[in-house]
Amino acid sequence: MNDMSPDGYTTPDGRQIGGVMMEVKNITLRFGGVVAIKDISFDIREGEIRAIIGPNGAGKSSMLNVINGFYHPQEGEVWFNGAKRKAMKPHAIAKQGIARTFQNIALFKGMSTLDNIMTGRFTKMNAGFWSQCLWKGKAEQEEIENREYVEKIIDFLEIQAIRKTPVGRLPYGLQKRVELGRALAAEPKLLLLDEPMAGMNVEEKEDMSRFILDVNDEFGTTIALIEHDMGVVMDISDRVVVMDYGRKIGDGTPDVVRADPAVIDAYLGVAHD
Amino acid sequence: MSADFLNLLEVAINGLMAGVLYSLVALGFVLIFKASGVFNYAQGVMALFAAQTLVGIQTGQVPFAHLINAIFGTEVHYFGWNVPALLAILFTVLVMILFAWIVVKVILVRLVGQEPIILFMATIGLAYFMEGFGDMMWNSEVKRLDVGIPSGGSFWIEDVTVQWAAEGERYFGMYVDVLDIWATVIAVALVASLAAFAQYTKPGRAMRAVADDPTAALSVGISLNKIWIMVWSLAGFVAIVAGIMWGAKSGVQFSLSLIALKALPVLMLGGFTSISGAIVGGLIIGVGEKLFEYLIGVPFLGGATENWFAYVLALIFLVFRPQGLFGEKIIERV
Ligand SMILES: Nc1ncnc2c1ncn2[C@@H]1O[C@H](COP(=O)(O)OP(=O)(O)OP(=O)(O)O)[C@@H](O)[C@H]1O
Ligand SMILES: [Mg+2]
Repeated sequence: MNDMSPDGYTTPDGRQIGGVMMEVKNITLRFGGVVAIKDISFDIREGEIRAIIGPNGAGKSSMLNVINGFYHPQEGEVWFNGAKRKAMKPHAIAKQGIARTFQNIALFKGMSTLDNIMTGRFTKMNAGFWSQCLWKGKAEQEEIENREYVEKIIDFLEIQAIRKTPVGRLPYGLQKRVELGRALAAEPKLLLLDEPMAGMNVEEKEDMSRFILDVNDEFGTTIALIEHDMGVVMDISDRVVVMDYGRKIGDGTPDVVRADPAVIDAYLGVAHD
Repeated sequence: MSADFLNLLEVAINGLMAGVLYSLVALGFVLIFKASGVFNYAQGVMALFAAQTLVGIQTGQVPFAHLINAIFGTEVHYFGWNVPALLAILFTVLVMILFAWIVVKVILVRLVGQEPIILFMATIGLAYFMEGFGDMMWNSEVKRLDVGIPSGGSFWIEDVTVQWAAEGERYFGMYVDVLDIWATVIAVALVASLAAFAQYTKPGRAMRAVADDPTAALSVGISLNKIWIMVWSLAGFVAIVAGIMWGAKSGVQFSLSLIALKALPVLMLGGFTSISGAIVGGLIIGVGEKLFEYLIGVPFLGGATENWFAYVLALIFLVFRPQGLFGEKIIERV
């Protein structure tokens, strides 16, 4: 896979993957004495489903946090849409079209499903402040249009029944789904999912896998996801980065990674969880 | 109705209206605490400063007159004009927004991630700074505040209630200050519009989002700094309203800043993060302290119970419901 064409490639199931959208180069991230990420480089291509796997503490979440700006690496560069990115605050990165979910669900617990997803449209609403306060003119129009979009997402994720429920009261699996909905509401170019299926039963995992594939397929969204369930990872991702102790120890299609001795040694060989 | 009952009713109504003001000040605390985790000790001084600024602008006071005169040996005190009340209020709003911006940009952004106690200490510093700054800018004399809200006992209420008394009773009608009625109406309108703002607008949703989960809020593109400036501005606005009401009642002077102390028991009662808690808590304290004074304080305890009753009531409440009226019970995870 290292000699991949710059224009992209075709997946075994016939999807066309484009050029590089996001590239991290030689990232090193330290917390005091702990080196969470050590000299890691990889890219994510337009339209791709890219997985990051590795044992607990390998630095996977830290990697997503670097990509969306929660963490600032001491060394290395992040390239997005062909340009080197300056150190930016997470909210500014969100505006560039990067949305995410969290390993330990970070929803607005007191708000309804509808309001949570509506908040996801924050970057899509630009009416002036006073217009928004008074709910007049452009703001009113905007509110209505965005509500329609939110309803579409609710339909897509099949969560009509819980539209008005405060999300704090929802079961875990549904919370994960609402969180996905909130990220989708931003119509992101790049969607980061940190363990979207952790703690789910088989049926819920199947649903979530299907949603991820559909999002990628219908909206053409590029997705980077962290997942521990090997079956799922190998099933839905186009390429996989393997991390261990902050280092990258493997990168390639699921078949390549599965056969890589270094990966087997460090990770796949030992039963996880 | 018996005259005793009507007197009791009068006390309760006046308590209710005092309570509305307590709620208003408590609301300022809650807004800031929810959205930025800061217990803003300066809330009371903000009300004082807002009232000073309003009077200063309205009467055409020269800001920093004392300082200017001391340096240049001049004798300027007033510009010699009067600014209409509404315009003066508008300018005061702008000043409070500027104040919010400075607080966030100069203090809060530098203290991100610090312990809450550090932030609290910073607001104590801020409170005393503002007190001094306000006095320097507008001098510390006691001033009259009049933005044209009518005041004095309502004759209409007196006339109507006189009729309610039973035949042959000695009753002269209920005394309710028109200013209190206005204060109540304005406070209710303010709270209702704040609630609608938070519920139905994009900035309002963003504000709730930040209060609920700042990390998640950042991830959807909300700038914490902007939201903080917004909430501090809103708290400033609430301070203006409280400052006007209190100032119109008892003049603009240092004691105005002490209304913050009245808001503390309200917060103990209502919880630090609940807007409805602040409102209901304020009403309970307002009515409670007036009724207690009337029924028990004056006849049995020699009066002046209003100074401490609210705190004792709040303490009793705290012991039984530490999470406040509407707060959720916190169960320690083991
Ligand atoms: N904010 C932080 N402060 C200090 N250390 C951190 C911080 N975030 C992560 N780390 C450390 O960095 C290392 C990598 O953590 P990270 O959460 O990225 O791992 P992970 O691969 O996502 O693990 P898991 O599978 O358990 O989620 C760990 O040693 C962790 O303790
Ligand atoms: Mg993780």
